[in-house]
Amino acid sequence: MTNIDEHGAPVKKPFSMHVDLSQFEPATDAEKMQQEVMGESVTFWRDGLRKLMKNPLAVFNLVVLAIIILTIIIAPMIVPYGYADMITIDGMRDKGAKNLAPFQWSEAEQAYIDAGGKLFPHIFGTDGLCRDYFIRCIYGTRISLSIGFFASLLVMCIGVVYGSISGYAGGKVDLIMQRIVDIIYSLPEMLIIILISVVLDATLKFNGNGILAKLGTNMISIFIVFGMLYWVSMARLVRGSVLSIKNNDYILAARSIGASPRRIIFKHILPNCISVIIVSTALQIPSAIFTESFLSFVGLGVQAPMPSLGSLANAAREGLSSYPYKLVFPSVIICLIVLSLNLLGDGLRDAFDPKLRR
Amino acid sequence: MTEKYLLEVKNLKQYFPVRVGTFKTIPLKAVDDVSFAIKPGETLGLVGESGCGKTTVGRSIMRLYEPTGGQVIFDGEEVNKKSIQKLRQGMQMVFQDPYSSLNPRMTVEDIIGEPLDVHKLYENKAERREKILGLMELVGLNAEHASRYAHEFSGGQRQRIGIARALAVNPKFIVCDEPVSALDVSIQAQVVNMFEDLKDKLGVSYLFIAHDLLVVHHISDRIAVMYLGKIVEIADADDLNNDPQHPYTLSLLSAVPIPDPIKARQKQRIVLEGDVPSPLNMPTGCPFRTRCRYATEQCAAECPQLTDRGNGHFVACWNK
Ligand SMILES: Nc1ncnc2c1ncn2[C@@H]1O[C@H](COP(=O)(O)OP(=O)(O)OP(=O)(O)O)[C@@H](O)[C@H]1O
Ligand SMILES: [Mg+2]
Repeated sequence: MTNIDEHGAPVKKPFSMHVDLSQFEPATDAEKMQQEVMGESVTFWRDGLRKLMKNPLAVFNLVVLAIIILTIIIAPMIVPYGYADMITIDGMRDKGAKNLAPFQWSEAEQAYIDAGGKLFPHIFGTDGLCRDYFIRCIYGTRISLSIGFFASLLVMCIGVVYGSISGYAGGKVDLIMQRIVDIIYSLPEMLIIILISVVLDATLKFNGNGILAKLGTNMISIFIVFGMLYWVSMARLVRGSVLSIKNNDYILAARSIGASPRRIIFKHILPNCISVIIVSTALQIPSAIFTESFLSFVGLGVQAPMPSLGSLANAAREGLSSYPYKLVFPSVIICLIVLSLNLLGDGLRDAFDPKLRR
Repeated sequence: MTEKYLLEVKNLKQYFPVRVGTFKTIPLKAVDDVSFAIKPGETLGLVGESGCGKTTVGRSIMRLYEPTGGQVIFDGEEVNKKSIQKLRQGMQMVFQDPYSSLNPRMTVEDIIGEPLDVHKLYENKAERREKILGLMELVGLNAEHASRYAHEFSGGQRQRIGIARALAVNPKFIVCDEPVSALDVSIQAQVVNMFEDLKDKLGVSYLFIAHDLLVVHHISDRIAVMYLGKIVEIADADDLNNDPQHPYTLSLLSAVPIPDPIKARQKQRIVLEGDVPSPLNMPTGCPFRTRCRYATEQCAAECPQLTDRGNGHFVACWNK
């Protein structure tokens, strides 16, 4: 069908493909194989973890946290004292073991040891009610850490769901949802926390020995406050990244397949803002711990005799001039936890979401 | 009309509200009164310069946008909110940008399997996997790479993944939105040839969008030329090639490079004057008249309709 023009050259239709396929030969199998060699598969998680492990500061803080967590798990199994029990010797209450300094024995204990008995040392000393201070600090750390962790989890769940709905729906729904966020954002948090604690304390009275009763109404109100107030910044962050992810063609592709909005949010949008979620949850934990400690310090925290780091610090104020170390132990633990979580959060951010870095 | 069409688009309009000032919005007429029809097994090419609304046509057909007006009839059934979920098993889309059209957090297997999941097209896991591997083979992907993530593939391979995803539901019609323009030339030919093979093997119809006339002519049975949201000419591919009527088509054709240098020197290029008018501020009458050599007063007064010039060759121009 090729025509020849006056110069003897074949005329090509302007539309036909430039490449003359007859001049090519098919690739051999070996050549095709070369095309298919690919590098080693690197998943998102492995890549992020590798980067995290390369960051010495993050690794150091990871180790510090691991040590703290291991200690609060293992220590209660080794130390033979209870956080709420007075020290006893042979079933007898030892009234002399009051406000002991670290590694000091009371007279009765000393006598027992001299008589050949074995006792576990009071690593941090004892408090004014003859309780081992080390085990109280351990339990306080347990409480503070788990409150921080669960409060952040709660914040994450609410914030992620709210933010992704707001961002994905867009338009009027988004506008209204964001105004609600603005209102909550502008409320003075501490005032609300104190108000809620007071109101709940009066209305909720727990009987019995359940874990809720042990923690006390103040803890419930801390969770309620986190659930009501603290999710807004998470919701804003998630909404922001949902908005930018929504513009990708793969969201349109999912819609053209017929995927439901729920599927799109959970399968396509959230996995792509997981780094934002991880990082801000990690940074939320220390702030929750800090809030809890603050509340316990002003007397709105866990119910006595359950200790938390904040209430321990508060109790230590009374004898501050005679026993200053009692304030030092819980405060140092708070600082250590908050600092290492913050630095670890920074490390996570650098590893999983370098764009977020400011 | 005795022939049965697979897809009929009637007076499709897609306006986007554009905010000017705080409360005022004006419509951006991305697609304005577009009509065409595609027979089963036929491929319609859609060409036009960037921003003329080609992508918007494809997306409105797929109901990714809610059309402002007009009707789309697929397989004898009107496409609307209620019917679309079912009809999505019959029509699918391949996207322009292979880099952003695949979710980077999903494996190839899950990407291709998603339409199967959504429409529940398998009985058990083994059947799902078998179907996915079959699709991968069909588009020339190595089945060993099923568990890899999309970002590990090259542009051409990614586009193949996108095509496999579109084919998963066994569609009769695929909107191909510039499926090759993001690829480099050597790969373009491979992918275009694959589209042709698939058409022969599976009997699918395409709406093949591109701005490259060479590619479109290669694959299409008929070609529609679009300018600023309107179709200005629609004809058989060879007909349009040999006997272009609309001045805009003429200028597009004259811009196609010719491999033969002697011929190329002889050819006269029609260079259009001026810029494309903004779709927000369209000229009255014929949208092309501001850049047209033949423009008359009639062109400014009234917009020409597509009229049959014989042989199914439709042109919208007063002067040609
Ligand atoms: N969602 C939207 N909102 C507002 N305007 C839009 C939207 N989508 C497209 N447009 C506008 O509609 C017009 C047509 O866009 P479209 O993407 O359909 O062009 P196109 O022909 O596909 O161009 P290209 O060849 O560059 O892909 C453009 O002016 C664009 O700015
Ligand atoms: Mg486009």
